[in-house]
Amino acid sequence: MAEIQNYTMNFGPQHPAAHGVLRLVLEMDGEVIQRADPHVGLLHRATEKLAESKPYSQSIGYMDRLDYVSMMCNEHSYVLAIEKLLGIVPPVRAQYIRVMFDEITRVLNHLMWLGAHGLDIGAMTMFLYCFREREDLMDCYEAVSGTRMHATYYRPGGVFRDLPDSMPKYQPSKWRSQKKVDKLNEIRQGSLLDFIDAFTAKFPACVDQYETLLTDNRIWKQRTVNIAVVSPERALQLGFTGPMLRGSGVEWDLRKKQPYEVYDRLDFDIPVGVNGDCYDRYLVRVEEMRQSNRIIKQCVDWLRENSGPVIVDDHKVVAPSRVEMKDDMESLIHHFKLFTEGYCVPAGEAYAAVEHPKGEFGIYLISDGANKPYRVKIRAPGFAHLSAMSEMVEGHMLADVVAVIGTQDIVFGEVDR
Amino acid sequence: MSKIRSLLKTFSLWELWQGLSVTLRNFFRPSVTIQYPEEKTPQSPRFRGLHALRRYPNGEERCIACKLCEAVCPALAITIESDVGDDGTRRTTRYDIDLFKCIYCGFCEEACPVDAIVETRIHEYHMEKPGENIMTKDKLLAIGDKFDAMIAADKAADAKYR
Repeated sequence: MAEIQNYTMNFGPQHPAAHGVLRLVLEMDGEVIQRADPHVGLLHRATEKLAESKPYSQSIGYMDRLDYVSMMCNEHSYVLAIEKLLGIVPPVRAQYIRVMFDEITRVLNHLMWLGAHGLDIGAMTMFLYCFREREDLMDCYEAVSGTRMHATYYRPGGVFRDLPDSMPKYQPSKWRSQKKVDKLNEIRQGSLLDFIDAFTAKFPACVDQYETLLTDNRIWKQRTVNIAVVSPERALQLGFTGPMLRGSGVEWDLRKKQPYEVYDRLDFDIPVGVNGDCYDRYLVRVEEMRQSNRIIKQCVDWLRENSGPVIVDDHKVVAPSRVEMKDDMESLIHHFKLFTEGYCVPAGEAYAAVEHPKGEFGIYLISDGANKPYRVKIRAPGFAHLSAMSEMVEGHMLADVVAVIGTQDIVFGEVDR
Repeated sequence: MSKIRSLLKTFSLWELWQGLSVTLRNFFRPSVTIQYPEEKTPQSPRFRGLHALRRYPNGEERCIACKLCEAVCPALAITIESDVGDDGTRRTTRYDIDLFKCIYCGFCEEACPVDAIVETRIHEYHMEKPGENIMTKDKLLAIGDKFDAMIAADKAADAKYR
């Protein structure tokens, strides 16, 4: 009798369900996976080394490009680390703005994840619905920073500019009369905060729609329930963080366990799964969107009532305002110093981590007292999750690999850095 | 009783019909998409798109070749050479921005002490031949002249936040 051997199969790096440039070498026994070997590094851009060759502030824009679906959270971790070394604390208003945009980013990320995960395992409508809501949040990003994705908005010591008082509006065209445009512009009449407020009012109903489509759906359940079960002990050993860890039932969230910015003043819950399978992780992420919505609402309420500076008034770190710079010689000198050589950070090391939509995203900075970091280490949650790929897919069918990649919420910008 | 109900739900495809009712309701809602080239999505005055070099109202170039933008550019996309002009002022003889290197972070605009280099809301542009990615001084000034009113309005709208 002929001997039956396992065979290996290549998945990616150009596979549309591989979420970027993942190459998986699968060892198959029939249609059952024996071993999965992820090959990473196809999107390696040496961000760490790049950041070590530039003054501190110049690398903020490169942090956006790590996990390119949760841009501001990456920036947040980086500026937090610099602030730790410099020993400065941003004004409260800046902290609220940062928290608000972190949560907007979380919703953005989870919508992207839900859409892509749904599309991967056969729920095409989800993708369209999620992107409909994403568009509104992208508008918030653009209104505040000028770009829809790579914001470069957070700065050591606060945020670049205050929130705008007006939202850009639709213009009439040959396809849409003034009346129809007015209807579209209804929620854009007020400030950015009004726009976000209107979004938080309508968003829970949108999440209800997603849940009606997926949560009880038998096809969705067949594809996710009991797929890639990870026990809480094993999840901890594998270094899981974020929804991957909470899906297994470990209540760990940096926003609660080591609150940064103003999270300790906000009221929100941490959803936790029970079984640790793909379905539970889906439920956790959907609930997180609802909780983020609550946080955004609280931040909007606070920001409406409290005005104030959004960045520290220390011209050794933060450039003076345009008016000051043009009137005052000393401010002009500060301006020139800051934009040419930047600022020197006291020697030492700092690790700052934020609860990124995907898990614990941390930046470890070592400074030797110069205007450039001596070492930047990026702790990307996706890397730890991807390392568990083999363990999670073992014994499952080939089609489940796609569900597992989806549930891990892998983005190669951060895995490969 | 609950067993019968769940059996009924299973065999009547209850949750699938519920899902289909969501999609059906959305089918009759007004569409959220726009007819792109004729219609555009709202654009913020803070938008960071194609660069431009501005002039003073009397036609004089703003740029004084201080090279702050060159120094602050994280992507090293800006190249400047300078000389003293005929009128004794310091001017750039070369001001190149490589659009393939630029990451549109807006630092050049932030650094410029005379509001000369700006990022405009223009985002629909393309190149056809190699080398067209280099925005020379003439090209940048031409954009600044052509869209002067728009740039001035955008910068005025954002001035109070900076």
